Amino acid sequence: MKEDPWARLKGFTPARVALGRSGGSLPTRALLDFRMAHALAKDAVHAEFDAAGLALELESLGCATRLLKSAAAGRAEYLLRPDLGRRLDDASRELLAESAGGGVDLVIVVSDGLSATAASRQVVGVLSELLPLLEQDGWRLGPVCVVEGGRVAIQDEIGELLGARLSLMLLGERPGLGSPDSLGAYFTWEPRAGRSDAERNCVSNIRPEGLVPAAAARRLQALLSNSRRLGLSGIGLKDETFPALIPADDHRVE
Amino acid sequence: MSHTIQAGRRFHQFADLRELLAKATPARSGDRLAGVAAESAAERVAAQMCLAEVPLAHFLEEWVIPYEEDEVTRLICDRHDRGAFAVVAGMNVGEFREWLLDYATTGVEIAAVSGGLTPEMVAAASKLMGNQDLILAASKVRVVSRFRNTQGLAGRLGVRLQPNHPTDDVRGIVASILDGLLYGCGDAVIGINPATDSPVACGELLRMMDELVSRHEIPTQTCVLTHVTNTMQCIGAGAPVDLIFQSIAGTEAANRSFGVSLSLLKEAREMGLALGRGTLGDNVMYFETGQGSCLSAGAHHGVDQQTLEARAHAVAREFSPLLVNTVVGFIGPEYLYDGKQITRAGLEDHFCGKMLGLPMGCDVCYTNHAEADQDDMDNLLTLLGVAGCNFIMGVPGADDIMLNYQSTSFHDSHYLRQVLGLRPAPEFEAWLERVGIFGEGNRLLPAEARRHGLLTSLPL
Repeated sequence: MKEDPWARLKGFTPARVALGRSGGSLPTRALLDFRMAHALAKDAVHAEFDAAGLALELESLGCATRLLKSAAAGRAEYLLRPDLGRRLDDASRELLAESAGGGVDLVIVVSDGLSATAASRQVVGVLSELLPLLEQDGWRLGPVCVVEGGRVAIQDEIGELLGARLSLMLLGERPGLGSPDSLGAYFTWEPRAGRSDAERNCVSNIRPEGLVPAAAARRLQALLSNSRRLGLSGIGLKDETFPALIPADDHRVE
Repeated sequence: MSHTIQAGRRFHQFADLRELLAKATPARSGDRLAGVAAESAAERVAAQMCLAEVPLAHFLEEWVIPYEEDEVTRLICDRHDRGAFAVVAGMNVGEFREWLLDYATTGVEIAAVSGGLTPEMVAAASKLMGNQDLILAASKVRVVSRFRNTQGLAGRLGVRLQPNHPTDDVRGIVASILDGLLYGCGDAVIGINPATDSPVACGELLRMMDELVSRHEIPTQTCVLTHVTNTMQCIGAGAPVDLIFQSIAGTEAANRSFGVSLSLLKEAREMGLALGRGTLGDNVMYFETGQGSCLSAGAHHGVDQQTLEARAHAVAREFSPLLVNTVVGFIGPEYLYDGKQITRAGLEDHFCGKMLGLPMGCDVCYTNHAEADQDDMDNLLTLLGVAGCNFIMGVPGADDIMLNYQSTSFHDSHYLRQVLGLRPAPEFEAWLERVGIFGEGNRLLPAEARRHGLLTSLPL
């Protein structure tokens, strides 16, 4: 095995540079490190989502919750049929229709998405910071909807059923090799069936090694306020405070 | 026109060419998602049997998307070369497959027919073919393109150096570029997928790469893979643009969802040509494609994803690109479910591209929610090497930390070079030898011998 004499390049990027080689092939350690990272990512995609457990934790933060399911039955169907992950199953739709009141400012939706690991690790961290900020800003919140097997667009149906002016969805992003537990946040002004992704905004890479949950909460607070003030979301919503704000970038979760 | 066949005890009927092509397509999740796939394995083979009998000339009469509705169909129809078509004009799809595989049919003859082939004809042939047919027929054809070096020669394999960084940190990107160059990669292009679409930021990346390539006299080209309108803006602002990148698809509506049209691509290419930055040739375009993009954009017109991919190749053909890259496994399991489907699609795209005269490369890749792993990539990489693929990706450790997917690595290129005896583009190979990166037989020289300027002169 030959070391690369440019190991200092590792200090400039998290990319897998200066791995060394045997002949032209990967050293054993680098090969196995990669394989472990892939194993963690695969496990995150297929991990069981403990929706009820997460709902209990959220209730301990003082919010009402609803346990819902998308129309995708099981993980394989979720992966193969994104259209089913974008809508509620019949029982969930009825449950939600019953609990609809006189409309709310914001409904928060939480789902496993492509990484149950991300949802179970990051959601409570984000919401324990965000909920007090929203309360302080006088938002009227609907129940937090914990959805099994949801895609980004399922917030449209939920928001519409609850008569919400805005919806915010937190869900597990497609795991990268070094980021099996990265959470994405997508919000939509006037969520209604048929909204396109260009009408949403996204804050991604929420995890301790990326955008830390507390910082994500502050950023979402500011963005949601702007969205409410301007009455829009998506490519029309610019934010000078956060130049890196990008329109919804669905490849991370879809 | 309806197509019928008696296969075994069952009578099969297919309403039109579009349905016949879709049902003849080897199984994949995207066609099921679109609701166009065969309903049984037997129906699929019956469709293939029926498709084998369809005369190639029929493809010039029945379009899968109407001429009036779609500028890609109009491009395919209006550019069709009747003279080139003459050699195969009397064949049906099954006979065309046999002709491609015949000892007597050379790559030069296939290339001469290429302008007479429509993407639908080529896609139809691919649906009858096994994987080995796709490899053998493609391996006959060399498509050579030039900018600052020569891509696509026999016995050569290019590598796109892909040095992405999640926040476009310039030093992070430079670190990955250096790593790649020191591993002998980057002759196809040094191409960054930027995290931001800001033309100002893209201009900075372009200047950084131009500086690096000029200072070290590296015979290669650079590219920031941003939207074509951003690149046009960069050119307007005086940024050093070598290649003009764009993702393209096989229908007018899907291209519209990408924010492009044929006229916009033409305008962009003319701007690139006017810069005159290529020293050996003027292939200034770099296109990326991939099965499933039309369905993803809700613009598939009921056509199967593999036929649509071949139509995207017809769009690319119009603009004489340096590189066309099918990003085969990026789109996810709802379009290509597992390693088997990704492998098949990679071979199909490479075959169809080569038949249509494109300098085809492949991003051999997968996402973490697909049923695939690095062993599947090793397999497809090897098969494409045998098939004569023009270039592959080189990502540090195969792990793209910006786009969050796995591709092929610098090390993978060395594997393929060793087992198949493949060398970099000749001009780039000479540079690698001159600066002491490659020694005899395209092997990496011991690291101690490589203390050349590359490592010490950069802003790190």
